[in-house]
Amino acid sequence: MRNLFLPLTVVTAAMFAYAPVAIAGAPYESTMLLIQKIFYFHVPAWMAMYAGIAVCGISSVIYLFKGRPAADRLAVSAAELIVLFGAIGLVTGPLWGRKAWGVWWQWDARLTMALLLELVFVAYLLVRAYGGPGSDKLAAAVGLFGLAVSPFVYVSVNIWRTIHPLNTVVPTLQPGMRGPFWFCALAFLMLFALLLNLRVYLATEQTRLDELYLAEEDSAA
Amino acid sequence: MMRQLTRLIGVLAVSLVMAAPALVLAQQPPSEPQGEFLPIDQLPPAEQLPAAPLLVAAYAFAWLAVFFYLWTVWRRLNKVEAEMLVLQKRQSRQREG
Repeated sequence: MRNLFLPLTVVTAAMFAYAPVAIAGAPYESTMLLIQKIFYFHVPAWMAMYAGIAVCGISSVIYLFKGRPAADRLAVSAAELIVLFGAIGLVTGPLWGRKAWGVWWQWDARLTMALLLELVFVAYLLVRAYGGPGSDKLAAAVGLFGLAVSPFVYVSVNIWRTIHPLNTVVPTLQPGMRGPFWFCALAFLMLFALLLNLRVYLATEQTRLDELYLAEEDSAA
Repeated sequence: MMRQLTRLIGVLAVSLVMAAPALVLAQQPPSEPQGEFLPIDQLPPAEQLPAAPLLVAAYAFAWLAVFFYLWTVWRRLNKVEAEMLVLQKRQSRQREG
């Protein structure tokens, strides 16, 4: 994983450096004009969050049923990134909504469920930080719960009448918008992979430190 | 135990303070009702919000959030590596002694 870090950093940085050029070159949406350009960060941030939910959820399952410490380190690393990218989505959304809808927030199905999903993973981190012994397994169960709930957040716009645009927006984007959108989506997914790589390295070092302390206690005993 | 409890209460208090403005805004009664629906691009300029500050704020927040996270990881990594160095030195001294 460490060998990938430098090339991943260079490529991700280059993509984010080019992203403003791609976004500026995209055509304006006919009704929302300039404010619609938040879309190129807003949706990719949610995509990165969902990538994190998949990683955290699957790792949590592996840790719960197989007990592999590496899976736990991956899960906790992904959980932090879920909260990060979810926060970006939850802040950029209202900034867009304030102009497009005239309100910062609506307690509609999509927005409310997205906020609750974010809070599920905030709960994961709180359990890990303050849960004491056994909190790793409990948090893994929370991670699994978050994975189970996440599809409902995605389909909420189809099930309930909401103010939020439907999921059909991305597949039906105008040609000029598709290139910049998928470029930004790939950039965010690479950023996710990069940050995950870094955070897993931190978790691995923390495990090594714990092992050193345990070895010291054993030798003192 | 008490320190952990105090820290937990602190985190919950900060979360509540941060969530409070959002809750207050959501509770605010709607502004004066219009006589009819007007699409946002047909509102008089004086009633239209400028888009650029909102767009800039959105992108700025995204960048700041990522860099803040990177800073927290870097800080934690430095702390772990410093502790590991101290521990390794202590253990090698114990083995020699």
